[in-house]
Amino acid sequence: MGNRPAFSNLMKEIKTGKFVFTGELEPTKMVDISEIIHSAEAMKEYVVAANVTDGPQGMAYVNSLIPSYLVQEKVGLETVYQMTVRDRNRIALFGDILAAACVGIKNVLALTGDHSALGDNPGAKPVFDLDSTQFVYQLSKMIDENTDVYGNEIETGKVEMNVGIAANPNASPREAEILKVGRKVAVGADYIQTQTAFDIDDAKDFIKELSRYNCPILLGLFPLKNYGIASYFNQYIPGVSVPKDLLKSLKSAKKSIKDKKERNKKVDEINLEFFVPFIREIKKSTPAAGIHCMAVHYERLFEPLLKDFR
Amino acid sequence: MIITKLKDIDEIYEMIKPYSKILIAGCDGCCQPPRSINEAKVLGQMLELKSKMNGKNLIWKAITVLRQCDDRIVGTTVRPYIDEYEAIVSLACGLGVSMLNRIFEDTLTFPAQDSMFGASENHGDNLYEQYCDTCGECLLGETAGVCPVASCAKGLHNGPCGGQVDGFCEVGEYKYPCAWIQIYERLKKFNRLDLFNKFRPPKDYRLMTSPGHLELIQEYTNAIEEEEGEK
Repeated sequence: MGNRPAFSNLMKEIKTGKFVFTGELEPTKMVDISEIIHSAEAMKEYVVAANVTDGPQGMAYVNSLIPSYLVQEKVGLETVYQMTVRDRNRIALFGDILAAACVGIKNVLALTGDHSALGDNPGAKPVFDLDSTQFVYQLSKMIDENTDVYGNEIETGKVEMNVGIAANPNASPREAEILKVGRKVAVGADYIQTQTAFDIDDAKDFIKELSRYNCPILLGLFPLKNYGIASYFNQYIPGVSVPKDLLKSLKSAKKSIKDKKERNKKVDEINLEFFVPFIREIKKSTPAAGIHCMAVHYERLFEPLLKDFR
Repeated sequence: MIITKLKDIDEIYEMIKPYSKILIAGCDGCCQPPRSINEAKVLGQMLELKSKMNGKNLIWKAITVLRQCDDRIVGTTVRPYIDEYEAIVSLACGLGVSMLNRIFEDTLTFPAQDSMFGASENHGDNLYEQYCDTCGECLLGETAGVCPVASCAKGLHNGPCGGQVDGFCEVGEYKYPCAWIQIYERLKKFNRLDLFNKFRPPKDYRLMTSPGHLELIQEYTNAIEEEEGEK
């Protein structure tokens, strides 16, 4: 871990050695973000911070800064402002970070972002002026040296943020991914939030390999709200495979239980059976700093899933 | 070489519709697939047929130019025909179309093609591949000869984005290899992962931004002209 102070609650909790949990909010094509506010309220008690996604899968969605700000302001839940380099050059990234600092954002997750060709505005000109590593470098200049990448000083105030980065346990070959994470840590990342893992042994290996950088790791988990999501994930999210038994149980719950309430209860049970021991094992036998729980639109699971870990 | 794609015949016809006499200029330069005299003739026949279907009589002539991106060659090859025709259709890349428009200022030249990218021809795979994006700051010495500017869909400078699966890129439905995995594999083979791990700071995109200009060094051009004069 570098010498940067812990500015955010998330970073402060990580530094105390507590096993932390973060959640995820996914604003979409919306002007009324009350749905996001409700989700944030529902998870507030169980997580130290919630990530706010920035046009995942290359989609054209509401800028994540405003929901990040409003969640902090209205709900009192700290946010991790996710930023991709896909849509903004270094000038726009700099400006958005200053804007985020103006309204009290304390965490930024520096991402490359899925290519715009994969999204719903596929003909858009992709930017990628900086890559995610260079973005971390820009953030370090801003936070640690109070300048932009060219050394021009920020005139008033300070950017006080902690910098998160992503790592993908599903990327293959993996060594190239591991080395890339190392370079991002070297230029100034404070913590790592990983993409989704479903295989416990694989996840443990990944954490072990990343732990050489001495940078706190939050392993990403994705509870499956229903069979549809599980099978979509399995089929369309590259490199991710949902364990067969988990898929099978969710499928049979979908087929055999007609009553929605009963079915939800069964789905929750299936998720708890899978993820509670998973989290317990990660907590017990790896140096991971916590879990990034991507239970988007599935906030009811937070209580039973995380109650034993608080 | 410059990879080009012939436009739809209807689109070309729409451009030349106002004219009844056109010159069709092929290019023998690096344009690929080849667009020379034969391709110019075929285009002329297609446009003539299309005109007839629309009740018009089109007069055309097909010629070809050694290289449409060279002002002297274009000038001497095309000048003899220029007064006889109302418009030119170029079968070169965008460089040729622009050059014809600049040299023959009183005649409009229209593109018959869309220019796609500068490429190398890979005969083994029957494929044209973009190996270079003329970015003004060559990185190939650090990347074992695989260019991340041209061959990575995101033009990243510091390793793969994480969207690669089994070494294939998320853009193009995992059909094309991830450039950064190719770089990684090659550097590993030569025991040069130090180059992979190197941090490359933000690129200076002024070196790549259009319009590009390079003025030849004055003394050099003068020397050549003097030499030519002596001969």
